[in-house]
Amino acid sequence: MSVIAPKFKFSEFVKSILDNLFWFLLIFALIGVPLVQIILFYVEMPVINGELLTPFLALTWLADPSRTLPILKAFMTTDLFRIAAFPGFGFAALLAAGTIFVERKMLAKLQLRVGPFYCGKIEGILQLMGDGLKLLSKEIIIPAKADKPIFWAAPVIFVGAAAAFVALIPVAPGWVVADVDVGLLAVFAVIGFFPIITILSAWSANSKFPFIGGIRALHQMVSFEIPLILSLLGVVILTGTLNLSEIAASQSAFPWIVFLPVGAIVFFITILAELERIPFDLPEAESEIVAGWLTEFSGMMYGLVQLGTYLKLYAFAALFVVLFLGGWNGPMIWPPFPEEIITKGIEAGPITVQIPGLPLFSQETLNGIVWFVIKTVGVIFFILLPRGVFPRIRIDMLLSLGWYKLIGMAFINIFIALGLLYAGVLGPGGML
Amino acid sequence: MTTELPPGLALQKVDERIMTLNVGPQHPGSGHMRIIVQIDGDYIVACDPDPGYVHRGEEKMAEYRNYITNIPHLERPVIHDSCNILYPYVLGVEELLGIEVPERAKYIRVIASELNRCIYTMYWLAIYGIFLGHSTMFMWPAGDRELLIDLMEKMSGARVTHAHFVPGGVRNDLPPNFEDVCLRQVNYFEKRIKEYAAIFYDNPILIARTEKTGILSRQDAIRLGTTGSVLRASGVDYDLRKKEPYDVYDELDFQTNVLKEGDSYARSKVPWLDMMESCRIIRNALEKMPKSGSVRVKLKPNPKGGDDSVYKRVESGRGSLGCYIVSDKKPEPYRVKLSVGSFRNLIALPYLLKGEKLGNMPSVYWSLNYWPVEADR
Repeated sequence: MSVIAPKFKFSEFVKSILDNLFWFLLIFALIGVPLVQIILFYVEMPVINGELLTPFLALTWLADPSRTLPILKAFMTTDLFRIAAFPGFGFAALLAAGTIFVERKMLAKLQLRVGPFYCGKIEGILQLMGDGLKLLSKEIIIPAKADKPIFWAAPVIFVGAAAAFVALIPVAPGWVVADVDVGLLAVFAVIGFFPIITILSAWSANSKFPFIGGIRALHQMVSFEIPLILSLLGVVILTGTLNLSEIAASQSAFPWIVFLPVGAIVFFITILAELERIPFDLPEAESEIVAGWLTEFSGMMYGLVQLGTYLKLYAFAALFVVLFLGGWNGPMIWPPFPEEIITKGIEAGPITVQIPGLPLFSQETLNGIVWFVIKTVGVIFFILLPRGVFPRIRIDMLLSLGWYKLIGMAFINIFIALGLLYAGVLGPGGML
Repeated sequence: MTTELPPGLALQKVDERIMTLNVGPQHPGSGHMRIIVQIDGDYIVACDPDPGYVHRGEEKMAEYRNYITNIPHLERPVIHDSCNILYPYVLGVEELLGIEVPERAKYIRVIASELNRCIYTMYWLAIYGIFLGHSTMFMWPAGDRELLIDLMEKMSGARVTHAHFVPGGVRNDLPPNFEDVCLRQVNYFEKRIKEYAAIFYDNPILIARTEKTGILSRQDAIRLGTTGSVLRASGVDYDLRKKEPYDVYDELDFQTNVLKEGDSYARSKVPWLDMMESCRIIRNALEKMPKSGSVRVKLKPNPKGGDDSVYKRVESGRGSLGCYIVSDKKPEPYRVKLSVGSFRNLIALPYLLKGEKLGNMPSVYWSLNYWPVEADR
């Protein structure tokens, strides 16, 4: 085993917890309980056995376990849950954290290395947590001549924009934070924010390398936004809607990648460029301009930008899934919830336990989530893969690729879509 | 009295469009040196390489130590290529002292020198890979280099800085069974470096990025005094192992790799092709080497040279590497001057970078087969 990492002893871990038990209890009593109460005020309380639960009665689940699930279910219907936990930030951050881990291990395997190994018992699974703690503990250094308010705000706005992007992604039928009818337009609007944030942070740092990096990022994002938007027009033409949930639902028979492979390829390449992944990582090209527009960020500001980057990666991969790979649609692989647990309860020896409030999710929802996650992980894998295979390209090659080749291919895609529409094969009132 | 400031520090009136970038000495794309680059948009209008950050005074130190104690510190400038940087010094001292080297020692020297050339080139290639943003090409050579480092460790006892060459032969004989292990490792190594073509040298993005950038024509390459792989990539068939064979290179069967293009891609490809030739040389030398015999001539303590001077040069991983030794009948040399290939190749950098794009700077700079520490000595 490791000689570098100190030996983990469970007894010492328990002892350290017991040592701090008083503080845990104090913090829970002073902060945790009021926080839970505040959250519960936003929850529409269910009526259980003819009695309306109030936020104060809600804590009675501690005494009466049968109330746990109804309260949880009521909480799950709130916007707070959707934004913070399931289709929103928490779910995306979890997938993003998994992405970082997979990226490290996969690249390590490709490059005949081991990758993260010591942190956490299994294959360095806690490495990300360690890195996060390290970034939190680092001093934040701001250049003396920086434009401080903008420089401070840039990482926060970056994460905010990435989270706004995440909010537009439908994960399962009905599970989306913001179900807007012009969802795709909203996506374009959010994507349009990123170059502004990048150039603001780069310019406000008042340093040469970030400035060059910011200009490069601006060139790159602006010139790839046009093929990105054009490549998605084919899907819009065939579905006749901008609502992402409806686009996903329209692919119950077949995904659009079957008919629009050109658009899917163009969209995938523009994803790589928008995400500044290798081979398009010119704004962060380290051998030329140190770390590009990230050069002056330190401590948790850098951590926030990285968080935003990986949220963005998840959101783009999910967008690809929703638009081209059929979103949540897929064969039913999730087993149905056993009915007798709801009707009869679980027989545990002499007593029968009735669990009210089951099931939490319907079978269709769970199946949709599973398919969505499988497809998204697959797309993320292909986004990560070029990093191990390609070198970085140059800015003039990038621009000619964006302006000449990708835009041309995007138009070909639009013509394919129009042809399918007017031939009456697909689209509203089509054969399929 | 006015003191003249170095170019990067002096205030100079420049066009408003032009931005001066200090690439280095603290920069991921510079090594232990600084390149002062003036850019107009994305184009480099002027470039001024500024080495000297790792000057160690090796040549001055050599004047205070005798011929034997000079060995461990003279190899410090290029620890990855330590056999080759000692080679001209050892050859020169042998000529000064009039020593005849045993045949087996000559073969061992050739093997060690070729192994070191590969070790250096792999390190150089790893950095070339990461300069182009290809992280796999950083990890693979750095890992495969271990094969040869293990061989050198078996031979000399040290992973780097072997101090294996001494006037009169090599320090130790080969360990038992070395020939078989060496043949096996070198064959596997050759198989591995051939795989680099698929991921790196045949990569369409790499070719599109480095081809026709930083072109050094044949005339310019000769006029600027470049050596080694840079010269051979510009179409000049010049290899000291062929032109001025030392030790047993004239008995071995190998060829020099010459490419005509003279661009960054050709300059990056020649060392890779040279590594395959090195594998061939090692196999050939292992075949022809006398199986037993002395490997070292016993020297007197504190040997003294005559009133003489000698200049010897060898083909190192970076090109011609010369050593000029002046002796004045003392145990210490009067003067030791190293003439290194890195510095000669660096002279070409401002000419190559002028008018290039900033994105080409790392590939052009590192394709010159330049090692900052060696240039500073």
